[in-house]
Amino acid sequence: MNPETAKSTTTIETTDTSAVIQVRDLYKAFGENKVLNGFNFDLKRGENVVVLGKSGSGKSVLIKCIIGLMQVDKGMINVLGNDVPKLNTTDLDKMRAKVGFLFQSNALYDSMTVRENLEFPLRRHWIKTSKEEVNDLVMEVLTNVGLPHTVDMMPSELSGGMRKRIALARTLILKPDIILYDEPTTGLDPITGKEISNLMVDIQKKYNTSSVIISHDLNCVKIVANRVVMLIDGICYATGTYEELELSTDKKVKQFFE
Amino acid sequence: MIKNIFIEVGLIARFTGRFFREAFKPRFEFSEFLRQCYYIGNKSLPLVAITAFIMGLVITIQSRPTLVEFGAQAWLPKMVSVSLVREIAPVITALICAGKIGSGIGAELGSMKVTEQIDAMDVSGTNPYKFLVVTRVMSTTLMIPILAILADAVSLYGGYLGANIRGVVSWDLYWNQVFDTLVFGDVVPSIIKTFFFGFAIGIIGCYKGFNSNKGTEGVGQSANSAVVVSSLLVFIIDLLAVQITDILNLN
Repeated sequence: MNPETAKSTTTIETTDTSAVIQVRDLYKAFGENKVLNGFNFDLKRGENVVVLGKSGSGKSVLIKCIIGLMQVDKGMINVLGNDVPKLNTTDLDKMRAKVGFLFQSNALYDSMTVRENLEFPLRRHWIKTSKEEVNDLVMEVLTNVGLPHTVDMMPSELSGGMRKRIALARTLILKPDIILYDEPTTGLDPITGKEISNLMVDIQKKYNTSSVIISHDLNCVKIVANRVVMLIDGICYATGTYEELELSTDKKVKQFFE
Repeated sequence: MIKNIFIEVGLIARFTGRFFREAFKPRFEFSEFLRQCYYIGNKSLPLVAITAFIMGLVITIQSRPTLVEFGAQAWLPKMVSVSLVREIAPVITALICAGKIGSGIGAELGSMKVTEQIDAMDVSGTNPYKFLVVTRVMSTTLMIPILAILADAVSLYGGYLGANIRGVVSWDLYWNQVFDTLVFGDVVPSIIKTFFFGFAIGIIGCYKGFNSNKGTEGVGQSANSAVVVSSLLVFIIDLLAVQITDILNLN
């Protein structure tokens, strides 16, 4: 898809019912640095969309705005029918219970065991379940990420790849509708990166989630992306499948695939 | 430089204001509060006790020759008890806690900030300010007075041993003199000021950690400046406490 076609996405109607995330005319600046400059984007149900862009182009800022960790300067973000910038704390928490977030640094709580890390979102979102149910949920997600034996270990005892899997298990424990991945394969060796990418695809099938994946690891993008969005100069510069963008003749798009 | 100091003071005041807004609103994090009380109180006890014991011993040994010169060695327990209970034990406890607890909180929260654990808490439906800051500040505010009371007792015991190194003072005589000397105006203001010491240590440690940046370098800076600023605040609060007790005629 060429950039011109992509730019026309600014006119997409917001009544698309199959979209679980809709972002319209999003602006975010840090001082003079305009990071998002009228960004538009849709995530459809069951879709894995990779947001590709240079370091510092505003990819992480975008998903932090989507989850409400950052305030937007201007624009609309609709997540599962919620207008995120206008939500109060209670409604924001309710919305966040349906959206998992995998942090780039994993963000596992160092002072807690793997079990406590996984139980934390359950307890905090007031999900009332018996001890047995909580234990079953913990073991289910740990089995799904292939690490049931780590349940009583501390995060410091785990390798980088294992920590990433545990962080993914923590996002899965609330059975979210949407998962936001912030550079899931950064800092991992190529083999572990491929394993994590395959795991993300398996998770999508098993849990029927929709995902936004921030990445500049092309191997990961190739495996997980149903669609790729190029974030360049603060806008959705181009969008299409991996193969379409790889064949693009646009200079700015091409440089990512060279 | 001066402008930066005023900005920092303003930011600390705003951070403190948020504490009072958040502390009395549900949801209350009791289990985390108790965990912090255990960590702050129990883990600091050996260090505070050893330091207080040594201070009691040293103050007694060093005061003795001067009192002997005036033939007033019998006043040793009286003098030592007032010095220890009014000033030395509370301030030493606060300084030890500023070093141990203040830096610990600054480094822990700083590290959580740079590794996105605070954001992860937010995403998990937890107010990180309530969970991390309110619980820690309340714990330091409660536990440092308790540690200071224990430090009073241990330092007075150190004073008893110090008094018996060169002279002979019976157990009963020593404690009778100590309790005859100490009055309301000695004990209560010194305990009240330790609540303020505890609050200052907690709030500065949390403020520095919560606003940490620049990666691992920032974590070190947070821990370091938490100790420096909270120690300075301890002395400022102590100075104010002396002035207030003087105005109230409790000195």
